[in-house]
Amino acid sequence: MEFLDITHETCPMTFVKVKLRLAKMEAGQELEVILNEGEPLNNVPASCEEQGYQVLSIEAVGDGKHRVIIKK
Amino acid sequence: MSETAVKTEKKDLTIVCFSGDFDKVLAAFVMATGAAATNRKVTIFFTFWGLNVLKKDFGRKALGQGFLAKVFNFLMGGRNKLPLSRLNFGGASPSLMTSMMKKHHVATLPELIEAAHALGVRLVACEMALHILELERDDLIEEVEDIVGVATFLNESENAHIIFV
Repeated sequence: MEFLDITHETCPMTFVKVKLRLAKMEAGQELEVILNEGEPLNNVPASCEEQGYQVLSIEAVGDGKHRVIIKK
Repeated sequence: MSETAVKTEKKDLTIVCFSGDFDKVLAAFVMATGAAATNRKVTIFFTFWGLNVLKKDFGRKALGQGFLAKVFNFLMGGRNKLPLSRLNFGGASPSLMTSMMKKHHVATLPELIEAAHALGVRLVACEMALHILELERDDLIEEVEDIVGVATFLNESENAHIIFV
């Protein structure tokens, strides 16, 4: 599983980093993303689904951070 | 839902980057990368002052043949010489602003330009403005995909949102 922490990124690099990482991965691989609530949580998983990727799970990990698992 | 079915729902985005101001160019690239990362096809059409962003020489260079072109190109400078639209303080502000951006983990202009390229944002330059300033294709960065006129720009943007910066 690939890992990406975007809690220190701000718009638009939150989306940009996730999109570029997924682009480099093979189909079927999974990516674990740690992101903040608000804009990233509201839009990053949705934007991945739009691209045809699967959001397997979203869970709060405390401190306003969330763990999202995305399958390419 | 298939990928293509989703993509057709999103309108393309064309940004006309007329300004060569640091802050306005930054806004153009934030919109471009944000739109490209959220699955939109993006083109930035650079004209007039905006062409400074595309110059291969990031500093100041007297490009062109004629005296006036050389003076203008030297004074306009490249990517590292873009002035802030207000409170430029003789050119000190963009680097001050960049250090504030780094402090707050906001992507800097070079990072955004690199991201735009990686995301497939199409960078095109205005043919007419290049003529006026006597700039050649070789004076511009490799990432510039095409040199186009206003008709091509309008045709390509027929069904796109157009933002003028």
